[in-house]
Amino acid sequence: MNKQMTATEVVAQLEDGMTVGIGGWGPRRKPMALVREILRSGLKDLTIVSYGGADVGMLCAAGKVKKVVFAFVSLDFIPLEPYFRQARQSGSIEVMEIDEGMMLLGLRAASWGIPFIPTEVGLGTDVITQNPDIKVIDSPYDDKEWVAMPALKLDASLIHADKADVRGVCQIAGPDHYMDDWFARAAAKTFVSCDELVESEYFHDPAQARMVHWERSMTTGVVPIAGGAHPTSCSPLYGFDVAHFKAYAASAKGEGGFKDYIQQYLGASEQEYQNNVGGLDAICAIELPTY
Amino acid sequence: MTAAAEYTLAELCIVAASKSFADEGEVLGTGIGVVPRLAASLAMKTTNPDLMMTDSEAWMLSEPNPIGSRAADFVPSTESWMGFSRIFDNVWSRKRHAMLGPTQIDKFGQSNTSALGGSYDKPKTMMLGARGFPGNSISHPNSFFIPGHNTRVFKEGECDFVSSVGYNPARLPKGHSLDDIDIRLVITNLCVMDFGGPDHQIQLVSLHPGVSVEEVQQNTGYPVHIPAEVLTTEAPTQEQLDIIMALDPHNQRAHQILDNPPGNRS
Repeated sequence: MNKQMTATEVVAQLEDGMTVGIGGWGPRRKPMALVREILRSGLKDLTIVSYGGADVGMLCAAGKVKKVVFAFVSLDFIPLEPYFRQARQSGSIEVMEIDEGMMLLGLRAASWGIPFIPTEVGLGTDVITQNPDIKVIDSPYDDKEWVAMPALKLDASLIHADKADVRGVCQIAGPDHYMDDWFARAAAKTFVSCDELVESEYFHDPAQARMVHWERSMTTGVVPIAGGAHPTSCSPLYGFDVAHFKAYAASAKGEGGFKDYIQQYLGASEQEYQNNVGGLDAICAIELPTY
Repeated sequence: MTAAAEYTLAELCIVAASKSFADEGEVLGTGIGVVPRLAASLAMKTTNPDLMMTDSEAWMLSEPNPIGSRAADFVPSTESWMGFSRIFDNVWSRKRHAMLGPTQIDKFGQSNTSALGGSYDKPKTMMLGARGFPGNSISHPNSFFIPGHNTRVFKEGECDFVSSVGYNPARLPKGHSLDDIDIRLVITNLCVMDFGGPDHQIQLVSLHPGVSVEEVQQNTGYPVHIPAEVLTTEAPTQEQLDIIMALDPHNQRAHQILDNPPGNRS
């Protein structure tokens, strides 16, 4: 089955009001080219589930978001995501704020087709009091109460991988695939942008196959977009773009705000975007961060 | 070991904070931020060689990495993969001690890393979010590092948003005991505290040289228990300073506390 498609075709499969999971972590390996295609579209009222970074900030700033399910939204070296803050502080979005691990459990429950997973994470904190939809239940086996972390069912997930073949075998060769395997499993449809499209033979080497974290039946579409994670990192290929993130954060303080950012960078296509940020070679030359 | 003649407040805090990892044995020591990371690294290099540590990305190390850019030929002493999903397996197995820097800490030891002021639906200031604080606080021991000890951080009344559990009877989950909650040291630019006072009240453990009891109390929005004996925070030894220098060759520790004051302010 050939699952290759374009970013435009991905967005055409999304609908207003959908719950969309976004892979990656903060400023790391986010499917930003797909996010940008949503910015160019008429989509709205999305519920976004994400270990959030600029993906969440940009979608909020562009008015695409009804609700964010999050544990944090951060650019790491710029700790506070400027546009997510604006959205929260203006009261313009609904939120479901949970613990990082609760999000993992919610994705697992959705992946496994079960309504919830019991955990003690969240007990005694405001992630429970501020989320009346998250129930605390008695256990049939002990005298304690437990959080019943509900399944986070996703209509679609967007993920960026290093390499993929057209059948949807996706490789993440960087040191961490984060929770992307669970985002892929928890979603009805999973769309994966990749830096490089490879022949299936590439995976015949077990060392390469070892870095495939979900089976191809979980992948709905594959979109080859070299540099597609920019301005986030795609280790080991390129780091996150510190200068770009600084300009992005600065735009939030300017009079024109996100409109100015869009005007300066987004373009009508990914090709235009990459030209506006210095070209693909410049993206691929960005040094990896040192932690 | 004799105390060093000169040291910075950040170095004093690193050494004081490293004590929280000294007796932990074989657990993952997670220090978020420069001072906590150096504290855990120092403990691993001295008092607790069994401590486990990550590279703050996705690998477990058998030796802590120095902070910041490293020589091109530097080889980290990787011992296993430790991606973020596996961190949660570790957290929930309770084999971890984390040291973190929340925005608020109330008299119960509850902390806030999220919404400040206003209402929850429209906070005046939005910080990071709950992050992993709920899970950390109910799963394993935690310590705090606060570089600016004041009444905004140690605020009167309950935190605006409770990210992590503390010794608050009103929020205690059914079947749990306050003794299950395990907050260890609170290291600040003024002193070291813990929650070992009467009924888990915050108490003074040691004052940094040149700081008074009054100064600590004035900068804390609720009563601090003052035990009969108040110690002075132990000065670093030269050996400890040398290790810290090797772990932080770019001196990032100089930028962690306002104006990088000396450790002894008397």
